[in-house]
Amino acid sequence: MTNLLEAPRSPQRRTRGRTNTELYAWLFMRVSGVLLVVLVLGHLFIMNILDGGVQRINFGFVAGRWASPFWQVWDLLMLWLAQIHGTNGLRTIINDYTRKDQTRFWLKMALYTASALVIALGTLVIFTFDPNIH
Amino acid sequence: MSTVTTPGSVTASRGPSKPRFGGTLYRGREGMWSWVAHRITGVLTFFFLFAHVLDTALVRVSPESYDTVIATYKNPFVNLMEIGLVGAVLFHALNGLRVIAVDFWSKGPRLQRQMLWIIVAVWAVVMIPGAFFMFKHSFEVVFGSK
Repeated sequence: MTNLLEAPRSPQRRTRGRTNTELYAWLFMRVSGVLLVVLVLGHLFIMNILDGGVQRINFGFVAGRWASPFWQVWDLLMLWLAQIHGTNGLRTIINDYTRKDQTRFWLKMALYTASALVIALGTLVIFTFDPNIH
Repeated sequence: MSTVTTPGSVTASRGPSKPRFGGTLYRGREGMWSWVAHRITGVLTFFFLFAHVLDTALVRVSPESYDTVIATYKNPFVNLMEIGLVGAVLFHALNGLRVIAVDFWSKGPRLQRQMLWIIVAVWAVVMIPGAFFMFKHSFEVVFGSK
């Protein structure tokens, strides 16, 4: 006769069909977080504090920075990492506080749509920037 | 489960008596409030980032439209909000490093409270001169020397 009851502490069946997505999301928050500490705090320091701060920023200033591939890559990396990091943070918050499945679903759809638009627009602007637009 | 820092539903007792969950994490007190502050500063930053990518995208429209919108950032009142944003991002960054230390450093969970006060101190040490330099120009505008 076969054993109908599993032995105590045998692996649970509910793990079948499950993925490690949440683990990777958790890890991503930490890895991207460390990178963003450098990218974002560097960005804030340069833009807001160094050399007159926000008062010196205008179109010419942006053109000067994006003439350098270094700052293009910096800004592109910062855009993608920050937007994905923030989207995952808001996803967590939506999961925590919404009660109805419908509300949760639509809030997340709005979030993902907004995020995709921001990433696409930002990437497009960095790659197609034209200092001689006029 | 993507946040590590879910606070317990029980708030530790206040006052001189020992907390009921002394030694454990995220049961009220500093651990929970830093978690709350981490959420609030994160959400604030998220919404600012949304606006910031849109305003920067104006460089693709025309230099004039970009400069017009950036001029609003140079207003003394908006300048104050920028200081708030920098403060929020700096807290989020420092507390995020603390969360990483709690997760990956063997002594992290035991020292989480001390680490919070350390990052609060670092925050203040950076923000005091930072706010000074960020607001210097606005101060001169508001009080007339420029």
